Amino acid sequence: MTDQQQQDLIHDEVEAGTTTGLASPSVDVTSDRQNSLWSDAWKSLKRNPLFWIGAVLGVIFTLMAIAPQMFARGADPRDCNLSNSRVLPSAEHWFGYDQQGCDYLANVVYGARNSLIIGVVAVLVLLVLGVAVGAIGGYYGGAIDGLFSRVADIFYAIPTILGALVLLKVGPSTNLPVISDRGPGAVALALALFGWMTAMRLVRSQVIAVKSSDYVAAARAMGASSPRILVRHILPNAVAPVLVYATITIGVLIAAEATLTYLGVGLQRPAISWGLQIDAGQDLLRTAPHLVLFPSLILTLTVMAFIMMGDALRDALDPRQRS
Amino acid sequence: MTTLPSSTSSVRGAGGYSPILSVDDLYVEFRTRENVVNAVNGISYTVSQGETLAILGESGSGKSVSAQAIMGILDTPPAQIPHGEIWFEGRNLLTLSAEEQRKVRGPGISMIFQDALSSLNPVYSVGFQIGEMFRAHRGMSRKEAKQQAVELMDRVRIPAAAQRVNDYPHQFSGGMRQRVMIAMAIALDPKILIADEPTTALDVTVQAQVMDLLKDLQRETGMGLVLITHDLGVVNEVADNVAVMYAGRIVERGTVDDVFTNPAHPYTDGLMNSVPQVEVKGGRLQPITGQPPNLSKIPSGCPFHPRCSRRRLGAEALPGRDCAGDRPPLRLVVPGREAACHYSEEVLGV
Repeated sequence: MTDQQQQDLIHDEVEAGTTTGLASPSVDVTSDRQNSLWSDAWKSLKRNPLFWIGAVLGVIFTLMAIAPQMFARGADPRDCNLSNSRVLPSAEHWFGYDQQGCDYLANVVYGARNSLIIGVVAVLVLLVLGVAVGAIGGYYGGAIDGLFSRVADIFYAIPTILGALVLLKVGPSTNLPVISDRGPGAVALALALFGWMTAMRLVRSQVIAVKSSDYVAAARAMGASSPRILVRHILPNAVAPVLVYATITIGVLIAAEATLTYLGVGLQRPAISWGLQIDAGQDLLRTAPHLVLFPSLILTLTVMAFIMMGDALRDALDPRQRS
Repeated sequence: MTTLPSSTSSVRGAGGYSPILSVDDLYVEFRTRENVVNAVNGISYTVSQGETLAILGESGSGKSVSAQAIMGILDTPPAQIPHGEIWFEGRNLLTLSAEEQRKVRGPGISMIFQDALSSLNPVYSVGFQIGEMFRAHRGMSRKEAKQQAVELMDRVRIPAAAQRVNDYPHQFSGGMRQRVMIAMAIALDPKILIADEPTTALDVTVQAQVMDLLKDLQRETGMGLVLITHDLGVVNEVADNVAVMYAGRIVERGTVDDVFTNPAHPYTDGLMNSVPQVEVKGGRLQPITGQPPNLSKIPSGCPFHPRCSRRRLGAEALPGRDCAGDRPPLRLVVPGREAACHYSEEVLGV
């Protein structure tokens, strides 16, 4: 029992005449309390080392995406000299040089931007799709829900990578606005289009669970309208698992982007991308293993950062699990 | 004559006002794949300004379902209202559009629930939730609504309201939570407040305060109070009139004093006999034997007859009054008292 509940109980008992309340400990009810959902979640996050590791890595990679020159130690990824081809890492050039004689640290650092943009944009698109379809289906039920769920099932039957691969493969031959240009936007859209179903199912099941709760019935009894109930009362209670899923999915989709690019349908040269670097490095694995090692390592760390943050967020966001 | 139309009901509100809410021959059924559950079977009652009507009944007697039907918050399907009228301020709520019905909820009729913790949204502070009534129905700004919320919390006697307005439901004790619910329910000065077992989840000591609070608020605002409960003590303390429900029907209705001191229906009589008495120590309680009826197979005739000690079947019965064959209507037995029993006069001893 918290102090406040103790205080309430004492008040209840005093009013009921079962105790005088004189011996009650004085609790300062005027002291400042910060306890919105997010400030409580923040308090819990602060104590979680997993979150801090993920957050620090995440901040580093985000800064890398925004201002890569800060991390490239003065080197320009496009300033190449063939005489430096495949030089191994040294104290001067930490990641060595690639086959074209370009500074590899600069190249790996500049690759963060595309990966992060694609990861974040794809997750945002996927969330908009998933939350809208899932919330409407779950709330209204019946035929709409049936239709939406079957559409999701159809998309589930297509593996995300395979679907995105086909879409990106045929993309350039179509006139579709974003898909046809093979840029980061096309990759993000392709991943979102074939990856929204899990978010939709999560939201749908959460909405169905929350829909039957007493406070939704109470909101109806107080005259709240359906859109208000859905947006104000159901979604905020359904959002926590989705947020966790979204954080983890940023990492997963960054890896998926690298996969697509490695397979040759994602970003195209001269774009700088970890997938392209791994693809170019694989033929030289014996003579210059650092060409595969460094982009893979950074890619793994990025994915891990988001997954760790997602895990920590999951622990922090449930107010009922907090002590 | 199956049921008396409510408008001619002999039982009047405490203040003698004309009724604000009148329920007329209401039926509610739940259709499942296997069978039809008849939860409410033709109940009629009225509530006047300032009146407290207690609806008393055991679990499954249809008391909560009838309240949800009035509020229009039954899930349809599976629930259906095949017959009945619910009149509120000159309009039959059942014929209104969903949107019109919604507008009645809150400013017209409001409701408080049994479990206040699960009836409050865990992700919003209580002040925000109370304030939502003003923002949604009256278009107030956040700041004004919060101010109003603090005033309401003061009115329902939550101590240090100004400090606690930003607290979350799980930070309140049970009694305080129910006060928050009450504050929300009375925010828009409803004409009718339906309280669905408001004290069942509370300690006995806190129960008394919550009932006192409801009573005081009713005195201030003059709202009609429909108190749904299975707690005979609560009914005795606060209600003016009581309607006893059994198997989805009202079996007895009258003022609380009359019904409690001299029941006219064997079921009510059984209820009164099953209450522990402080004076009678060590004696055995008299339970009502048998099981509550299965609502998908309600017994023919009087639904209570399989459990009734006074039943008269076949040759014992008076003509047209066979307890197993003829359904007793709710009828006036003595002035101010209605009961649905063929032999109420015998039960009453008049």
